[in-house]
Amino acid sequence: MYWNEKYECLPREELKALQLERLKQTVERCFYNVPHYRKAMQELNVEPDDIQSLSDLSKLPFTVKTDLRDNYPYGMFAVPLSEVVRIHSSSGTTGKPTVVGYTRNDLNTWSELMARSLTCGGAAKGDVIHNAYGYGLFTGGLGVHYGAERLGASVIPISGGNTKRQIMIMKDYGSTVLTCTPSYALFLAEVMREMGYKKEDFRLKCGIFGAEPWSDNMREEIENKLGIMALDIYGLSEIIGPGVAMECPEKQGLHIWEDHFIAEIIDPETGEVLPPGSQGELVITSLTKEALPMLRYRTRDITMLIDEPCACGRTHQRLFRFSGRSDDMLIIRGVNVFPSQIESVLLEIGETEPHYQLIVDREGTMDNLEVWVEVSAEKFSDEVKMLENLKRTIRAAIESTLGISVEVKLVEPKTIPRSEGKAKRVIDKRHI
Amino acid sequence: MKVKQISVFLENKSGRLNAVTNLLAENGVNIRALSIADTSAFGILRLIVNDPDLAYKILRQASFTVSITEVIGVEMPDEPGGLAKVMKILDNCSINIEYLYAFISSTKGKAMVIFRVENIDDAIECLQKEGIRIVEGEILYKM
Repeated sequence: MYWNEKYECLPREELKALQLERLKQTVERCFYNVPHYRKAMQELNVEPDDIQSLSDLSKLPFTVKTDLRDNYPYGMFAVPLSEVVRIHSSSGTTGKPTVVGYTRNDLNTWSELMARSLTCGGAAKGDVIHNAYGYGLFTGGLGVHYGAERLGASVIPISGGNTKRQIMIMKDYGSTVLTCTPSYALFLAEVMREMGYKKEDFRLKCGIFGAEPWSDNMREEIENKLGIMALDIYGLSEIIGPGVAMECPEKQGLHIWEDHFIAEIIDPETGEVLPPGSQGELVITSLTKEALPMLRYRTRDITMLIDEPCACGRTHQRLFRFSGRSDDMLIIRGVNVFPSQIESVLLEIGETEPHYQLIVDREGTMDNLEVWVEVSAEKFSDEVKMLENLKRTIRAAIESTLGISVEVKLVEPKTIPRSEGKAKRVIDKRHI
Repeated sequence: MKVKQISVFLENKSGRLNAVTNLLAENGVNIRALSIADTSAFGILRLIVNDPDLAYKILRQASFTVSITEVIGVEMPDEPGGLAKVMKILDNCSINIEYLYAFISSTKGKAMVIFRVENIDDAIECLQKEGIRIVEGEILYKM
């Protein structure tokens, strides 16, 4: 099933011509409306007229997350704020959060791409979409919501949390499509079983899961426990939100919607563009975004591009399912976590050694983050209540920075390994 | 008047206490009294030893989180009501006790209690006014 057969199955030559036309417009918009882009392009001696073919893309500067932060909050916008009808924002990584804006046309594009992605994942008009992505500044909830409405499905904006109530609603309202993070899908399955339900008690037929990396093993588990087809959706707020790429039922990679985005794979060390089939960092250029156009945004996600035709009939290239990150970002319960955020919290509190280790594990289906911190000899109090207070202070500070709950464990000095050069900050015990 | 107590932070895992006692033994440090405060995740070992400065030094060198805390040693009759009397005096002076631990003194008929209080000078003054004997650190270490 296609949502927009013409564009999803556009012959590649036509698709490339469309990309070039839109790329030129985007580069012009960036150059003339965003001081950051103009400066970055001038530094490389590139002008909009230098973009004459798709291969000229590699002449353009990369954009990185810190560029958004350096231009906080609206400095990267290419339109006046009066044209912006929606603002989303990251959960606030180290220091300032990244802010993204949408014009009315951008929201229209996003709704279309989400409707396309939902259709690709098996949803249609007449479905009841149980949307358990978080609503709010996070793009997940509203992204799916608008797409579902565009599709003409009945969307239940349940958001996250209150799992038993979610299950009751899913059962009583006859939800047919589940949208949430894959780990939450597994958690739902577990609670359903604890509540004495069988998968046959529900009308679910498919699930569209994203916002965190997940393996084929996990897919199998979700599919078996919920009795559905589970597909992967990809997106990031800097580009547009969910709906940048979507897996089709062939389960052979995620189609990146090339009429709106150009994907490149680069060597994360050198920045060199790699040929199709190579593994590297995904770089995305937006082609139709008005409020926040993105030139060669470095996603830090490691994947590869598959340019062979897909059996589903869509002509858009596919991204291999994601295998990791080129930076140290962790995704825990769908939330992006940088170890440096935790470091800055510890430094701010100043009561412990700056050495820490993050232990990520999956208990049942939920990710668990444990932060190990070394007690400082200078600040050591011999009273239990002081140490318990310290633990609480650290936990509260980390939780308010990251927006997820963590466990804090105080450990003896020098027990956290110091490695040469880059410290081993993270031990990820999840098998995903 | 005050007694130097050694406090050591210990993770709640096997072998940690052994590591401390071993180190002290190797360096000829004799333990006079000890207590452990424990939680599910960590413990604090509190020691009165014959040579607190040496004990501090060697534990520090071995990378333990260690501190010297000032406490008071109070002598009392080893009989029913001995501790109760001291507690009543402290209560009358509104002295707040963080923790305490007791051991039998080598002086016959006497017991010794180590007190950690919020305001140590007030506590000493309060006890002495009532004629309670505070045992000097130097005496306690050598008992």
